[in-house]
Amino acid sequence: MAVLIDLVLLAMLALTALRVIFLKDLFTVVMLFSIYSFLSAAIFVSLDAVDVAFTEAAVGAGISTVLMLATLAMTGRTEKESEHSSLLPLIVVFVTGAALVYGTLDMPPFGAPDNPIHEHVAPRYIEESPKEVGLPNMVTSVLASYRGFDTLGETVVVFAAMIGVITLLGVRRIGRQEEAETTGFIAHEVLRTVAKLVIPLIVLFALYVQFHGDFGPGGGFQAGVIAAAAIILYALVFGLSPALQVVAPKFLMLLAPFGVLLYASVGVYSMLQGGNFLDYNQLAADPIAGQHYGIIIIELGVGITVFAVMLSIFYAFASQVEGANIK
Amino acid sequence: MMAGFYTVISANNLVKKVVGLNIFQTSVFMLYISMGKVDGGTAPIVADGVSLYSNPLPHVLILTAIVVGVATTAVGLSLIVRIKQAYGTVEENEFQNKDDAI
Repeated sequence: MAVLIDLVLLAMLALTALRVIFLKDLFTVVMLFSIYSFLSAAIFVSLDAVDVAFTEAAVGAGISTVLMLATLAMTGRTEKESEHSSLLPLIVVFVTGAALVYGTLDMPPFGAPDNPIHEHVAPRYIEESPKEVGLPNMVTSVLASYRGFDTLGETVVVFAAMIGVITLLGVRRIGRQEEAETTGFIAHEVLRTVAKLVIPLIVLFALYVQFHGDFGPGGGFQAGVIAAAAIILYALVFGLSPALQVVAPKFLMLLAPFGVLLYASVGVYSMLQGGNFLDYNQLAADPIAGQHYGIIIIELGVGITVFAVMLSIFYAFASQVEGANIK
Repeated sequence: MMAGFYTVISANNLVKKVVGLNIFQTSVFMLYISMGKVDGGTAPIVADGVSLYSNPLPHVLILTAIVVGVATTAVGLSLIVRIKQAYGTVEENEFQNKDDAI
């Protein structure tokens, strides 16, 4: 039964991807990409990767689609015919695909518990992490504690992306009230009412995901993206200017580095207490309690930074779209 | 995976190339996650009565990869917007002949 579900999902995935190649209408292409991302989140769930599915659904089907649609609003909706023939790309793709399939012929059988990947490191984490870190969610304990340094790097990459986008596009200041057209769907009764009901629930859900990331799927990244989605919904329904007044871009530019600093300062603090950088055992008298404190604080730092970055990037794109419309 | 790769190489429009790149990325993630699955295991969250878990390490790697992927997509899309403002077009066959229209 599970195999049947997997096969159907994979078939739909392949169809979606193949259709993307031949379509010239880019709006449809972006929507198909969103469907593709959502289907792959479903496949991740059936492969037991619940945290990954959560992140893929929030990030791929959520933020990526919004940004692509914003880009399309400025660059145009259809693709023009290409002049060069498609024979060479086809050959390259076939050769690469054949090489990849040939490589996977050597792989061990799918799902067998004694595959080489499950030897060595994984059993050690599965057995020791409840005792050393004490969290039910093993992915969070590896992400935040054992491999905490990588996650610091990831947070810095997200912050760097915000710097890159703001440098390239810039964000409109609030003060230009005279240009404030009514954007958004404020005249649409149903959207306005539903948005008013749903936005607080989304923010609540984001907080739930943030603090429950230790016990179930979730954590800082997913929570940051969901909270940003709440404000993006507000901006889409009520217009960009009200959203810029609710959560000002300057505030976000302070929040984003604050999250990264929070994360790094936990590491520095544990060094000052005599341990290594990001060694949470030093944070409290009891090592396990120290691990819990450390993980909660750094996940909070990650969530704050991701929220600020995603929202800043959306503001940057949306201000460009508004500028284009006014012209 | 190959459909995404083909779109990256042969698409004329830059936005479609970015879409193809994202499709490529997502399918690579599926490859990695499928290696971590254990038959009869469940999600790697400790629960009573469960003894066999899927491998959590590929999940951690792919979580980071997804977030970094969206970061690069955002920067890539903002570059496309800038290209549109500088050259007036994002079709590959049109701006190759347009050096320095700025």
